[in-house]
Amino acid sequence: MNALIFLIPIALGLGGLGLCAFLWSLKSGQYEDLDGAAWRAISDDE
Amino acid sequence: MSCCAPGTEALLDGRNNSEELWLATRDLGNGRRSLDLSVPGVHCGACISTIERALMRHPEVERARVNLSTKRVGIVFLDGTGVTRADPAVFVDAIASAGYEAHLFQEATEKNDALRNQLLIAVAVAGFAATNIMLLSVSVWSGAEAATRDMFHWISAMIAAPALIFSGRFFFASAWNALRHGHTNMDVPISLAVILSYGVSLWETVNHGEHAWFDATTSLLFFLLIGRTLDHIMRDKARSAVLGMARLSPRGALVLTASGERDYRPIEDIRAGDRILITAGERVAVDSVVLSGESDIDLSIVNGESQPVLVRPGDRVFAGTLNLTGSLTVEACADARNSFLSEIISLMEAAEGGKARYRRIADRAAQLYSPVVHLLALASFLGWGMYDGDWKHALLVAVAVLVITCPCALGLAVPVVQVVAAGRLFRNGVMVKDGSAMERLAEATCVAFDKTGTLTMGRPRLVNGSEIADDAFAIAAALARHSRHPLSVALATACRAGTKNFEAVREVAGGGLEGRDPDGVWRLGSRAFALHGAASADSPEQSEVVLSRDYLSVANFLFEDTVRPGAATTVRTLLERGLGSSLLSGDRENVVRRLASSLGIANGRGALDPIAKADAIRQMTAAGEKVLMVGDGINDAPALRSAHVSMAPSTAADIGRQAADFVFMRDGLDAVTLALDISRRAGRLIRQNFALAIGYNVIAVPIAILGYATPLIAAIAMSTSSVIVVVNALRLNLRKSDAQHTKASLHPILEPVTS
Repeated sequence: MNALIFLIPIALGLGGLGLCAFLWSLKSGQYEDLDGAAWRAISDDE
Repeated sequence: MSCCAPGTEALLDGRNNSEELWLATRDLGNGRRSLDLSVPGVHCGACISTIERALMRHPEVERARVNLSTKRVGIVFLDGTGVTRADPAVFVDAIASAGYEAHLFQEATEKNDALRNQLLIAVAVAGFAATNIMLLSVSVWSGAEAATRDMFHWISAMIAAPALIFSGRFFFASAWNALRHGHTNMDVPISLAVILSYGVSLWETVNHGEHAWFDATTSLLFFLLIGRTLDHIMRDKARSAVLGMARLSPRGALVLTASGERDYRPIEDIRAGDRILITAGERVAVDSVVLSGESDIDLSIVNGESQPVLVRPGDRVFAGTLNLTGSLTVEACADARNSFLSEIISLMEAAEGGKARYRRIADRAAQLYSPVVHLLALASFLGWGMYDGDWKHALLVAVAVLVITCPCALGLAVPVVQVVAAGRLFRNGVMVKDGSAMERLAEATCVAFDKTGTLTMGRPRLVNGSEIADDAFAIAAALARHSRHPLSVALATACRAGTKNFEAVREVAGGGLEGRDPDGVWRLGSRAFALHGAASADSPEQSEVVLSRDYLSVANFLFEDTVRPGAATTVRTLLERGLGSSLLSGDRENVVRRLASSLGIANGRGALDPIAKADAIRQMTAAGEKVLMVGDGINDAPALRSAHVSMAPSTAADIGRQAADFVFMRDGLDAVTLALDISRRAGRLIRQNFALAIGYNVIAVPIAILGYATPLIAAIAMSTSSVIVVVNALRLNLRKSDAQHTKASLHPILEPVTS
């Protein structure tokens, strides 16, 4: 029972971290051009 | 891609359009401006870097980024130093010299992107809540002791509440909207189940109850939001692809002011009485009367006539038509708002037909489904209450019935199938505007085709090329290269070799071209023009162009409108599928009848104006037919709208593309049968999915009514049924490969097609 007191916040916190990461990536436009991103990853220049 | 087939005029020609481009740029402040262009030709990483590098070579370009998904390029550039204005036309030229075409598009997608992002965030939030609550629920199911269970229920309740409000708002709003107008849709039972199950679970939690439904509630919302988001993204993709195609009406025009200056004005600022200059190759901005100059006007987009028409001072020209051969000064006789195009738009609004009356299959299912579900829940509540007098237990059972019957599978059954089907059509060059279009296409009972631009390509093809001597051909092609007249373009593209070069070529509107070399005076054009006064022998079916030297005939070129590849087979296949075809055209009666009989269409009607076309569709509808209209011109737009379902080629007028439910990108008419087949199969799969969902309910509902549906059983049953429905939808991708459609028509315009 005692372990739960910090295990549950940790679990929720990790989940929340994932959610925040997704929201951040959405906001910074990483889903705007999925096809293009795939190609840019393998292009040589820059 | 073939999106600009006969409309090479739709490509932006940098020199002509720098003013129009400037109107499309946006001020970002700090002397920076941005311009978005559509580049439909990009398809891989090499294209991206080629275009970006070509643009970055210009010092004023600060940033250039190609978006491969939307096939657009966004350019941010510095607006000169205040003295000279940066010219956006150089960007278009840079893209063109890199080998891609660029054009402007209408900016209407930002709102859609915002909604898509909202939906994605809602999915993420619901997913976060569903997974975390499910984790807590698993430990409850594995037998947590009472105190721990209560604590887990409280945590679940606190996670669920904001998630439900945030992610469920799409459903609540739509359900409320439906109820307020006195009907139900799929969202009513969804909202009810979500709200009731949350309420009861909270009540159970407060009272230290054993069962809470938080996990079912949130995962229900999660699954349904996925369906909703997929549906939205599908429509979005089609819409942005349609918007990316060339616009056929200009954004502005060159106005001659009273003081004799030339001023490029946006189309909204042009008033009746303004004098406008239209150069060869430009489209007419507003309806007007010719003051001076002579030219050939391509009217095909307006009335379906394949032959250009000669205009002289005093003649009327319509907005959207293309000026081919000479410069014109015209006087606007109407604002853009009162032009021919606007009349068509008002006709279309009046013609609002099949699309508005049609109710989506999911909503029709919900109309039957929700009363049944709600009555069942009510009956089990009353039944249990009367039976054992324990009303709390009765309420729990009733909520279990609502949760377990909640159309989770139903909510996914339709969108998943339609998204998979739309994806398959998209790969084959057919774009679907929305899911209901496929449902309506599957119901179609007959097809009405337009002629010019639909059954035919709307561009002439040389028929007697093999009979013509090579040197005469080379001279004719060299002359023809100087003109935008469709016959000249056809001649120039048909020529195999052409090294000859003329110094100065003169173009005579309504006549032809004239060039000189040491051999004499060469003329290419109508018989009257080339042979100096001879009578024209143009027959209505074939157009003739004569090449002459010193007014003596050298060669005769005969042209016919190209029939779209696969037109005859399409008509035959459609008949096999049980759909009769008819032909509705604005072109001359005898031309229409000849084409109809050659394609095996029994019912061909010519000389129809836009109103008559829409009326013909209405008559067929009144006779009990569900009409699929395939057309492209401005004159088809009201008919496209009043038909049950409609298709347009991507070369259609903007307004036709917007009115149509399907837009096909490739030249072949087999897109019609392909779309029909896939829509019908999608319809079958949707019905199968409904059957699966109902079968699941037949098993699950008695369990719930008997009071055995614990949250654990509900969670298992709901996820299984959703997974089954999705897997069934994916079968649409498995059967029959698309190879025959893709390979055969990859580069259709590069070679003239024989029919």
